[in-house]
Amino acid sequence: MKPDIDFEPAVGRYLRLNIAGEPHRVYVETAGQGVPLLCLHTAGADTRQYRALQNDAGILERFQVIAFDLPWHGKSSPPAGWHQCRYRLTTQGYEAAVLAVADALALARPLVMGCSIGGRMVLHLALSHPDRFGGAIGLQSGAHVDPYYDLEWLNRPDVHGGEVCAGIVSGLIGPGSPEVHRWETLWHYMQSGPGVFQGDLHFYTADGDIREKAAAIDTRRCPLWLLTGEYDYSCTPEDTAHLGERIAGARWQIMEGMGHFPMSEDPDRFLRYLRPVLEEAAAGRAARLD
Amino acid sequence: MFQDLLPRDFADRVNCRERLTWRGRHLDTDFLLEAGEAAWLIGIRRGRIESVRGGPFVMPRWRFALRAERGVWERFLQPRPEPGFHDIMALIKFRRLRAEGDLYPLMCNLLYFKEVLECARKEGAQ
Repeated sequence: MKPDIDFEPAVGRYLRLNIAGEPHRVYVETAGQGVPLLCLHTAGADTRQYRALQNDAGILERFQVIAFDLPWHGKSSPPAGWHQCRYRLTTQGYEAAVLAVADALALARPLVMGCSIGGRMVLHLALSHPDRFGGAIGLQSGAHVDPYYDLEWLNRPDVHGGEVCAGIVSGLIGPGSPEVHRWETLWHYMQSGPGVFQGDLHFYTADGDIREKAAAIDTRRCPLWLLTGEYDYSCTPEDTAHLGERIAGARWQIMEGMGHFPMSEDPDRFLRYLRPVLEEAAAGRAARLD
Repeated sequence: MFQDLLPRDFADRVNCRERLTWRGRHLDTDFLLEAGEAAWLIGIRRGRIESVRGGPFVMPRWRFALRAERGVWERFLQPRPEPGFHDIMALIKFRRLRAEGDLYPLMCNLLYFKEVLECARKEGAQ
């Protein structure tokens, strides 16, 4: 008799590919089938943030939910020679990674959804590669964030990286978000390698600044939705409103009670906001593919 | 007149949390909490609050100071603070709180200090 094994739907595999000409080993998870939905995690975190989407039967019936760990993150390796260099995420490198994974998996005009740095990246993708994607969903998307603390605290051998990274982001979780998901989200932050969160914030606070260009996003070619939590003081509701009002055709909404990590900190509440967006996005993508 | 900002049993609220004091077991420090004209010196030994002394002070000694207007702390200490007043990093982001001095003990023990300050919140938090 077969044992009763309670596997979740997601399947994870390691993908070998070149990103910007450099060999990488990237961890990818997929669940469900249908419209491809490529999910980008936040700075200093990994694919586990999308665990609820990858377990939602209704979504998995219609969408193939794909998430991958950026190089240096989660179960993806840093490149050979990592110990000799300083990790810094750039717009160019991040774009290259997303496009390389989409190409390697032969995803045809996937929907792309990202949070925080991922929410910024979907703006860059919608601007620079609108015809590669069927639509973009930005969670906690802002055009730019000025650093509001000394980022060097995140990466010094005499301060525990896991403790300080979790301490920095803990207030970004909505106060009413369920304890189990709050601490799961913080656990992910406690696990990133030294300097990875700090290196991601180079993109978030400097290199990925899209203030001057965001208004040029053509939502007729790549429709754009923005969802932001009201308790987020990193990418604030005002930042998202500012973006939403300047990008013609962008649709945006502030999510009550939520913070910076909606899909991970309070999945049930988040999915109530996301489901109608996914419906619209899938319908729009289908219309343009016809 | 400002002594009512922190609850009288603030130290007890912290010290009865076994997991919290364990988290701070390597921490010995004194910090200043300033609320407009009022200030408190809070002494921590091995993660337990050993002293809470109200000002005014003539020659206070502390490793770091958290300074904000009284109204800011009052909003922070509500049972369910409004967005932007719910966390010390949010207060810092919006320039409502200044963290000064040697921030090393604060940053090494950030989760600890956040929970300590939450202990000063008014009763009724959901």
